[in-house]
Amino acid sequence: MPEQLLQQIVNGLLIGFMYSLIAIGLTLIWGVMNIVNFAHGDFLMVGMFASFWLYTLYGIDPLFSIPFCAILLFVMGVIIYRFVVSKVMGGPVLAQLVVTFGVSIFIANLAVYLWTPDFRFIDKTILSGTWRLGTVQLSIPKTVASVGSIITSAVVFLFLKKTRTGKAILATEMDREAALLMGINTERINSLSFGIGAALVGIAGAFLSTYYYIYPQVGGLFGTIAFSIVALGGFGSISGAFIAGILVGLVQTLGGFFFDPAYKYAIVFMIYLITVWIRPQGLLGW
Amino acid sequence: MRGFTPRQIVSGGVVLAVLIVLPLIITSTFFRHVMILVFMFGTMGVAWNIMGGYAGMFSFGQVAFFGIGAYTSSFLLITYGVNPWIGLIAGGLVSACVAAALGYPCSNLRGHYFAIASIAFGEIVRTHFNNWKLVGAAEGLSLPMLKGGMKVFMFHSSKLPYYYIILGFLLIALLVCRLLAGSKMGYYFRAIKESHEVAQVLGINVARYRLIAIMVSAFLTAMAGTFYAQYILYIDPDSVMILPVSVQVVLISMLGGAGMVIGPVIGALILIPISEATRVWLGYKGTGIDMLVYGFLITLISVYQPKGVWGLFVNTGKRAQ
Amino acid sequence: MSKAVCLDVRGVTKLFGGLRANDDVSFTVEEGEIVSIIGPNGAGKSTLFNCITGFYKPNAGSVRFFGRDITRMRADTVCRIGIARTFQVVQVIGEMTVLENVLTGALMNYVRVGSARQKAEEVLSFTGLLEKKDRSGSELTIADKKRLEVSMALATRPRLLMLDESMAGLTVVELRRMIDLIKSVRGSGVTLVVVEHVMEAVMEISDKVIVLNSGRKIMEGSPREVVCNPEVIQAYLGDRYRAVGR
Repeated sequence: MPEQLLQQIVNGLLIGFMYSLIAIGLTLIWGVMNIVNFAHGDFLMVGMFASFWLYTLYGIDPLFSIPFCAILLFVMGVIIYRFVVSKVMGGPVLAQLVVTFGVSIFIANLAVYLWTPDFRFIDKTILSGTWRLGTVQLSIPKTVASVGSIITSAVVFLFLKKTRTGKAILATEMDREAALLMGINTERINSLSFGIGAALVGIAGAFLSTYYYIYPQVGGLFGTIAFSIVALGGFGSISGAFIAGILVGLVQTLGGFFFDPAYKYAIVFMIYLITVWIRPQGLLGW
Repeated sequence: MRGFTPRQIVSGGVVLAVLIVLPLIITSTFFRHVMILVFMFGTMGVAWNIMGGYAGMFSFGQVAFFGIGAYTSSFLLITYGVNPWIGLIAGGLVSACVAAALGYPCSNLRGHYFAIASIAFGEIVRTHFNNWKLVGAAEGLSLPMLKGGMKVFMFHSSKLPYYYIILGFLLIALLVCRLLAGSKMGYYFRAIKESHEVAQVLGINVARYRLIAIMVSAFLTAMAGTFYAQYILYIDPDSVMILPVSVQVVLISMLGGAGMVIGPVIGALILIPISEATRVWLGYKGTGIDMLVYGFLITLISVYQPKGVWGLFVNTGKRAQ
Repeated sequence: MSKAVCLDVRGVTKLFGGLRANDDVSFTVEEGEIVSIIGPNGAGKSTLFNCITGFYKPNAGSVRFFGRDITRMRADTVCRIGIARTFQVVQVIGEMTVLENVLTGALMNYVRVGSARQKAEEVLSFTGLLEKKDRSGSELTIADKKRLEVSMALATRPRLLMLDESMAGLTVVELRRMIDLIKSVRGSGVTLVVVEHVMEAVMEISDKVIVLNSGRKIMEGSPREVVCNPEVIQAYLGDRYRAVGR
């Protein structure tokens, strides 16, 4: 049925743009300091909860809590980098892999402790409901989120390409030693990148909270998918993460459509595995 | 046996004797249960160590092999009445084959890339089992209550036989690891871990040896899986095949000292009792405090003692062969 | 007594996208010779090494080792048939001791760990690292690491040893020791192909010098012929290591 197919494609794009935003933060951290942030999904969760509590306690619409979420997660990211991640930076790879797992478990369960494992939901946001475009249903929150994601991604891209700090980040990503020789303070770049990466996913969390269930374990799934997206797009490549995010969103919905919805994530992981086998550096990685 | 110093034989013997006698003195069921878990995770840790600590393939997907082992033997038992001991071997073989199928295309992946691939692999397997009607999908498999005895690998009145069996598995795993470590393969694994290029210019067929490491690791891990099924008598994907269990296996090896034969056992001896204790004392009402503490500990360990407990005692460059 | 042709490189071309890293490079190496490959940075020397030793597959051309076509051979197979190499950025196994490093190389031909260890000690004695055999690989100085890398390569009992910039970063004393080592290696019957920037060493050890520039071979000849050649001098203009004709 071409209409259903079209709907699935649209859904896939909407999910995909969200994925892109989440993945961009992760690939930035990865590219700059070669750390897999296994707590990335949990940062997302914190962003979602921040938005939820601002809405529930103060009636602030998630769209307006975006700046707050961004700043909160930025600070959180910098703190976690300074006090935890930076300590394992010269050490064994294994420690680097495990430490963010520790952070992830800690954050997720802190959330369980503080807010119980219950599922939460934000009912009425300013922009809610559905648009109908011909035969296609567009969920307004999802569309707003996607647009927001595209705008944020564009801002990040421009920041990296045009500003001095942004270029320093890119330089560190490409060749750390050369950056050091150029007088770039790579430690500060690390902190900054970790913070920005967290902030991006905090923004994503605010958007996501407008239509997705909010609960402490939500980070797990998004995190794992984010890794696959980053690997697919190429570690460290912002544009790669963006494109891969959209692709994964499409694979997820179309895979679920053509095969079995229960397998939709498994299909995503399969595509990831296949890509990495054929082209280890991902689609656009170096 | 070649390579064991008299001191190692004596101290090993003493420890073994203690472990054998211990459950006869401390008859608490909880104690025996914790020790069984220690040995089981120790076995998985040693298995992980072969591919991770030695060959440098940091797998965060060991639960897949654990689960495949558990499901293979249980399925064969339930559906065809196959004796669990045979199921044990079958589970190991199936696991090793799956490992080979995964490992071959991944033979170029290293470090973080391999880790993520292993996570993806673990999740794929879990999703599959969650939806596979043949093996009960999300409801899992309940093993039949057979009349207890060694022949059927099932005991109902006491945990003691399970204790000794899993201790036996652990010893087997340690033996395999020890043999590999001191052999040509052990050196080749460590070369591969350092750098594929260095390994190649020393004439090492990297893909082949990586495959061997993965398959041995998978076989041993599957054995632990079958044990678990026979012990708990119930398995389902969301308790047997979840990522946190894989992470636990990695942690044990890291804490005790990856790349040392005995490392994972030490790690298990420390981490499992802590994990069980926090779960029992703090885990009530699902408040998550136990996991919170656990996560905190993990972070602490990674930051301050990444070389593991063993790193406290031994200089780099000197290895207990 | 005519010498066998150890290495026969014909028309090797390697492309990376549009870049011709190696462009129709051909040369031969006779058994027992020491051949140096020189050229400015980016000339394609390491790429050529990689093409010969199986790390890259050339887009065109062939490589023959004692008559046997090894063009499409895998890197580890290339080692097993008798070609050993070192890397431009020295690579040793940091977590192992010096002895263990060499032992791993020896295992290729000596299956039992005991006999491999014996062979390793012989090699370390030959290269002068025996008294440091229990030091960790990561603790060594650069010079010793390079020496270790050569030892590891020698432990595989090669007929051809290819060294990639083994003299870079060495002091005068270390340089002399490395040159002497290379001469001993040749004396033991191993053919050598060496990539080098240090012209004093090239002048002293080489039977033949091959000059690459921008992927192409621009000259081949004795050391003296090469350093006087105007095209070679021009390729190196501005390079600090211009040799004064001896």
